Amino acid sequence: MEIDEVERHHGYPTPVPRNRTARTAVLGVSVRRPADGKPSSRTSAALRRRLVVGSLVLCSLVLVTLSFRDTEDGPVASAQESVAAVLSPFQVAADRVAEPFRDAYAWSSSLLDARSEAERLERENETLRQLVAQGELARRENAGLRELLQFRDGPRFPEGYTGLATRILSRPAGAFSQMIVVAAGRNDGVEVDDPVVTQDGLVGTVSRVGSRTAQVRVLTDDQSAASASIPATGAYGVVRAGRSPRSPLRLDRVPKEALVRVGDTVVTAGSRSQRLLALYPRGILIGRVTSVGQSDTDNYTQVQVTPFAELGSLEAVLVLLPQDRGER
Amino acid sequence: MSLALRIAPLVFVAAVVQVATISGARLLGAEPDVLLVTVVVIALLAGSVVGAATGFAAGLLVDVMTLGTLGQTSIVLILAGYWAGRYGETTGRGRRYAVPLAAFAISLLATVGAVALHVLLGEPVSARTALVSLLPSAIVAALLALPAHRLVRFVLSDSAPLVRPRTIEIA
Repeated sequence: MEIDEVERHHGYPTPVPRNRTARTAVLGVSVRRPADGKPSSRTSAALRRRLVVGSLVLCSLVLVTLSFRDTEDGPVASAQESVAAVLSPFQVAADRVAEPFRDAYAWSSSLLDARSEAERLERENETLRQLVAQGELARRENAGLRELLQFRDGPRFPEGYTGLATRILSRPAGAFSQMIVVAAGRNDGVEVDDPVVTQDGLVGTVSRVGSRTAQVRVLTDDQSAASASIPATGAYGVVRAGRSPRSPLRLDRVPKEALVRVGDTVVTAGSRSQRLLALYPRGILIGRVTSVGQSDTDNYTQVQVTPFAELGSLEAVLVLLPQDRGER
Repeated sequence: MSLALRIAPLVFVAAVVQVATISGARLLGAEPDVLLVTVVVIALLAGSVVGAATGFAAGLLVDVMTLGTLGQTSIVLILAGYWAGRYGETTGRGRRYAVPLAAFAISLLATVGAVALHVLLGEPVSARTALVSLLPSAIVAALLALPAHRLVRFVLSDSAPLVRPRTIEIA
């Protein structure tokens, strides 16, 4: 049914031309249609539009191809560099103009992030502090072990022994305990009474052995004793723990007639007979004589000795293992 | 003054600002693209052909200034300008949210297209980086589009008619 027939049937007025179609009824306007078979202006506009876009995309693809195929000093690259050089002042100017704004933005964002940044840095600082402490410990330990190795391979190292370098696991817990624990035990060949030294001098003897650890009785312990001599004068005695903190060791049992001077070096006496073996090999440095005194009532000279080894701050020690242990 | 002469400085300034100051900057996780927004806004106001031509010129300018592969940015911006122009000529005409909506959608598509183009050309590109900033960048583009639209409309105001309406003859 035609639209105007519908309108006439319902009695509606007919304000639009009678030759309109359903499309014109919807739009409410009459669309001019080309009389001949040529494409409409809309179609040609769409065609032109697509042609322009296609040409531009094609141009871009050609440029991409040329750019890819061109060498670094080729014509395209040279032209590009020349134009870029011309444009660079504008870029520099824009950069300079934008710099304060960029700085302001960076400053404001840094303010916003300051709290979380401070917390992060604090955590990082804590971690770094721990690492530094660990590194310092490792460095000291490394230096100590290196010195021990030099001592072991040097001429002062006692003959007939091998040195087992080991770390200190625990130090004396208090003034009444002069025991340290080292990280070597039965599995490493350590036995009770093995001498323990550093590159500086005598430390003590092994008093107890576990499978992987060993307890060492330091020279400053009341139960320690080491036969010692003063090579410069030939005096002999027994080194024991001192009676005051200022004199950690004393050289006991030195006859009054023996010559002992302040500054003399005290070393281990070692064995003087094959039947009675000493705990310590001969010639290990013990300490230096700091005072010599005699009284009429004493039978022996009172000799105070300061140990060469830093017994209070040991990092690593050498446990001396007799080479003939397997034969015994 | 002709339309081209009014658009040229806009595109030039936007390209220089983009390359020299904004490129590489991150704003709340987004990488603002002032040039893309400018092309989109010009296309919405001046039509698809002008938009595509503007995109071509803008892309070429960027590629020259950054010494990049010539034509690479142009392809993306031509399509962005064309799509924005078509949207402005048809569906988006007279719509209140056409400008931010077009900027948002075209920013998403342009980023994906740029990544795809880089991959096709065998250039190393971090898709993850691009995709992470995809949504924030599109939101920033939508926000930038409104003031950019006002500015561009002001600059191009004497060049009317910008987007030509369909020729309709009323009897």
